Amino acid sequence: MMLRVLGYVLALLAAGNCAARGTGDLGIVIERGSGSVQIIETTNNTSLGRVPGLGDLSHASAVYSRDEQFAYIFGRDGGLSKIDMLDKKLVKRVMQSGNSIGGAISQNGALVAVSNYEPGGVKIFDANTLELVANIPASYGNNNQQSKVIGLVDAPGHKFVFSLWDAGEIWVVDMSTPAKPVITKFKNIGLNPYDALISPDGRYYIAGLFGEDGMAMLDLWNLDKGVKRILDGYGKGEQKLPVYKMPHLEGWAMAGKYAFVPAIGHHEVLVIDTERWAESGRIKVHGQPVFVMAQPDGRHVWVNFAVPDNDTLQVIDTQSLAIIKTLTPGKGVLHMEFEPRGEEVWASVRDEDRVVVFDTENFAQVASLPAEKPSGIFLTARAHKTGL
Amino acid sequence: MTRTWLPIASLALLANVCYADVDSARQGELMHLLKQDCGSCHGMTLKGGLGPALLPEALQGKSTAFIVSTILEGRAGTAMPPWNTMLNEDEASWIAQQLQRGVQ
Repeated sequence: MMLRVLGYVLALLAAGNCAARGTGDLGIVIERGSGSVQIIETTNNTSLGRVPGLGDLSHASAVYSRDEQFAYIFGRDGGLSKIDMLDKKLVKRVMQSGNSIGGAISQNGALVAVSNYEPGGVKIFDANTLELVANIPASYGNNNQQSKVIGLVDAPGHKFVFSLWDAGEIWVVDMSTPAKPVITKFKNIGLNPYDALISPDGRYYIAGLFGEDGMAMLDLWNLDKGVKRILDGYGKGEQKLPVYKMPHLEGWAMAGKYAFVPAIGHHEVLVIDTERWAESGRIKVHGQPVFVMAQPDGRHVWVNFAVPDNDTLQVIDTQSLAIIKTLTPGKGVLHMEFEPRGEEVWASVRDEDRVVVFDTENFAQVASLPAEKPSGIFLTARAHKTGL
Repeated sequence: MTRTWLPIASLALLANVCYADVDSARQGELMHLLKQDCGSCHGMTLKGGLGPALLPEALQGKSTAFIVSTILEGRAGTAMPPWNTMLNEDEASWIAQQLQRGVQ
């Protein structure tokens, strides 16, 4: 009898430990206040648990292993943390610099790269072990100054691409032979690139410039043609407003041939015709845009704003270019993340310590979950997208 | 009992006198702004990001007046914006003093 009971208990325990579960509907919410992440699932919109001890997560971001089991989290304090989405545990953590800003995972999933402010440069790690594979200091100029690095993305052909804030350069690193990174540098691309994005096909890398109007574009299929200036002169002659938060160019808000980007220092979203790489319109919005993100189907573009207008979200219809909805989820709307097929969108509301989920069809709020000063939200579907 | 309470009460009064124009509710808001919004460029722990570190060591040799004018007017030619649309001079002074003292 005792043995039978013990048998049941063991069987139950084993079932509990090995309960089959996929990871395709999982994600993390960065809790910047407490240095933790919450693991969430988007099938029922619930929280599954919390992984603490991840350091300073202000401005943290994450990428996923191709099997969507592991998240790599890039903390502001230079910490690179690898967590297991199923075990909800920290697997490994390395302090790889004094001050970092973001990262990327290589096309084949074997390498994780981190862009650093201090000391400025990029470090590339083995995705399995987090051992250092390559160290690329962002040295420039005659006196070997070190530049802060921003806008790091992965690109096809085992490449990483990034920009140098202080130097005004774009570098392409070919990691085909991990022991021998091949670096191609593009100089004089413009003053103070502040962030960059790559088109979903991995062809065009575009850096936004803080120091001047316009953006710098590199066609990765035609590196020999060099960096081209696009949208040159937008905003010229107009008084720029003070910028209280740098816009983000993460991802690529694209609908048909049009791309949507935040206009820096203006209460506007710019519409770019990607066939001509020229401005084809501007949309007046509620404040200075921070994230301009297209729904996966491209029908709507969602925008959030810099302080003091960061309590608002606006939705642009990409056919009419009109604002069709203004939502006020609460103070400190920092980030949005669409569910993979776009029927719902998650938004973090930092100052109200919660994340909310909206139905993208009727804009109704369908869920609200407590979170400690939430910022970035990253779903596992990013694992299979270039540049995310 | 009264003996222990009196000095504490007078200390509290002194603290209030220092920031006569920034009440404690506003101080809370300013601390939030400092960590979250200044923090988006200078780091939430203020050890630097796209903008320089704002730790007491980093600010040594810089006068309170200089810090206050940087907060209110911004720094031309850099990414530092003027905050005078959101902060008045008393509030900027309060923030400058917190920075020089070190923020927990």
